[in-house]
Amino acid sequence: MNVTKRTFDAVIVGAGGAGLRAALQLSESGLKTAVITKVFPTRSHTVAAQGGVAASLGNSEEDHWHWHMYDTVKGSDWLGDQDAIEFMCRKANEVVIELEHYGMPFDRTDAGKIYQRPFGGHMSNFGEKPVRRSCAAADRTGHAMLHALYQRNVRANTQFFVEWMALDLIRDAEGEVLGVIALEMETGDIVAFQSKATIFATGGAGRIYHSSTNAFINTGDGLGMAARAGIPLEDMEFWQFHPTGVAGAGVLITEGVRGEGGILRNSAGERFMERYAPNAKDLASRDVVSRAMTTEINEGRGCGPNKDFVLLDITHLDPKVIMQRLPGIREISIQFAGTDPIKEPIPVVPTCHYQMGGIPTNYSGQVVAPRGSSMSVAVPGFYAAGECACASVHGANRLGTNSLLDLLVFGKSAGETAVEDVKKSTRAHKDLPQEAIERTLARLNRLDTQKDGADAHESRLAMQRTMQNHCGVFRFADKLKEGVSKILEVQQDVQRIAIKDKSKVFNTARIEALELENLIEVAVSTMISAEARKESRGAHVRDDAPDTPERPNGRDDTNWLKHTLWFKEGNRLDYKSVKLTPLTVPTIELKKRAY
Amino acid sequence: MDADRGARLRRLRWHCRRALLELDLMFQRFWARVGDDLDADGEAGLERLVAMEDHDLWDLVSGRRETDDPQLRSIVERLRQA
Repeated sequence: MNVTKRTFDAVIVGAGGAGLRAALQLSESGLKTAVITKVFPTRSHTVAAQGGVAASLGNSEEDHWHWHMYDTVKGSDWLGDQDAIEFMCRKANEVVIELEHYGMPFDRTDAGKIYQRPFGGHMSNFGEKPVRRSCAAADRTGHAMLHALYQRNVRANTQFFVEWMALDLIRDAEGEVLGVIALEMETGDIVAFQSKATIFATGGAGRIYHSSTNAFINTGDGLGMAARAGIPLEDMEFWQFHPTGVAGAGVLITEGVRGEGGILRNSAGERFMERYAPNAKDLASRDVVSRAMTTEINEGRGCGPNKDFVLLDITHLDPKVIMQRLPGIREISIQFAGTDPIKEPIPVVPTCHYQMGGIPTNYSGQVVAPRGSSMSVAVPGFYAAGECACASVHGANRLGTNSLLDLLVFGKSAGETAVEDVKKSTRAHKDLPQEAIERTLARLNRLDTQKDGADAHESRLAMQRTMQNHCGVFRFADKLKEGVSKILEVQQDVQRIAIKDKSKVFNTARIEALELENLIEVAVSTMISAEARKESRGAHVRDDAPDTPERPNGRDDTNWLKHTLWFKEGNRLDYKSVKLTPLTVPTIELKKRAY
Repeated sequence: MDADRGARLRRLRWHCRRALLELDLMFQRFWARVGDDLDADGEAGLERLVAMEDHDLWDLVSGRRETDDPQLRSIVERLRQA
């Protein structure tokens, strides 16, 4: 098959917040920049972010980047790299004010400054009391951010390839990344994008779980491509869960429902949170509630024919209160759970929300991988930012409003580094290795010609159920072990998926099969990394690593204060140390994470 | 169904991939129920609907906002019934 070649200085895959911020840096510096995206840029999942973006502007009360850094290190359960965290917190004001200048309609104080609101985990004076640090544009912060960045990119002549799916990295024998191969959905054509800099900003892969708040586009395409090209994935065992997603759908039921008096009940109708958190009860922290729900389900007290969810009950509330204060929730429950919460409780389960791990990078946005005796050597020509990347600022758990900040800071940083690298390179584009292109064509050909293969829908469901049941919010040694064999079996099926529709134009069956080939890499890396980490830390909580005086919260710093690296080849694991030395300030010393 | 219409419907189906899970789920059910039986008027309405911004679309679909436009009202109603 003849593959057309297009040549750019830089190619960015993904047009969410991180991709658009990186693209802007490249286009405004005069480089010929392409952005490849599966959906129109302002339909990227960044739109769903409501909470705001963290920056210690101090507009409402005293604040300091060093306090923000402390909160982020603590939130990460000390797995975050302290150089990257200092970098992000120090850069926060700059990137937020830049965005303001791009026309982002932030909420304002009476004095005309950016209004800031408090958000969980963000404190003043090294954990003393809550601080107002989140900058928001009503409840549409992500949406407003994408629009501001997209318009600025149009002005800067960024070239968008909308409804294109990147299939594979092009990497030569020396390990240099020379671009990507992509599929144009409209025609089915395959095009090689040759570039001096390739930036991945493809977002998370929350669709590996059966219950996920993530939109359908979040299929970990960047992670799949990186893994196939021999790049390891870092800290994939760490996923943030929200306790109350609608069972079977994943749509979030806000904490506000429990705030208004909502009660969690098991199959016996018992208000079980009284046993797990006698004081806070249903208003205990997210991880405590999620673990209690999982324990109830695992011990056979779940509801429904499969006993696989619990109930969130607001039937005792005055219907007027529900209609006035929780109208959106009533609609969500009717639409996605089939129950009117005025009359019946809502079925809920802990639901996957955010991926902390990803493609390993440094704070300059360069992708790094082991080489020789060093664990972190920059991969020439390759950069990553946002949820697909692991800088690592979120470590074992992310603070709310730090994800939008991550997009801006590391999108910009990856863009800046790529600009420097491209401008200092004096040689022409390297020739593309034909064997890399052949590998992708063979993958496509296999999909089109597979006989008696596996069904994509069934394989996806098997993957999602395996992840949910064996590697959910609360983890058990035997279930993880069993989960590893099961997910490897599902992987075998995915490798022999067949599609009936062979058409060229907008063949969604082919696209979904290709997405599944990416998702399965993420699922396998998650299960294997989680099975191996024999401690509890942040969002990775194991039943066999409980809270003891020697190991607070089950965290084992002696053996496990290190980043996991999973390699696709042979499902091999390696580990690298956490960067505990910040750029300019003293190390934030290890202590128990308690709020 | 002719090849052009098939391609047009597949394209429309891809445009139902949204930024918000709520919308993805609504459209998924809609296609499972209606599939290739979508009539010309439904197709035209859906084309207009998917051109909207996600939050505005969700406001319409979830009943937080109403529309006076009969073509949009009809397709929103079908979406909600699915």
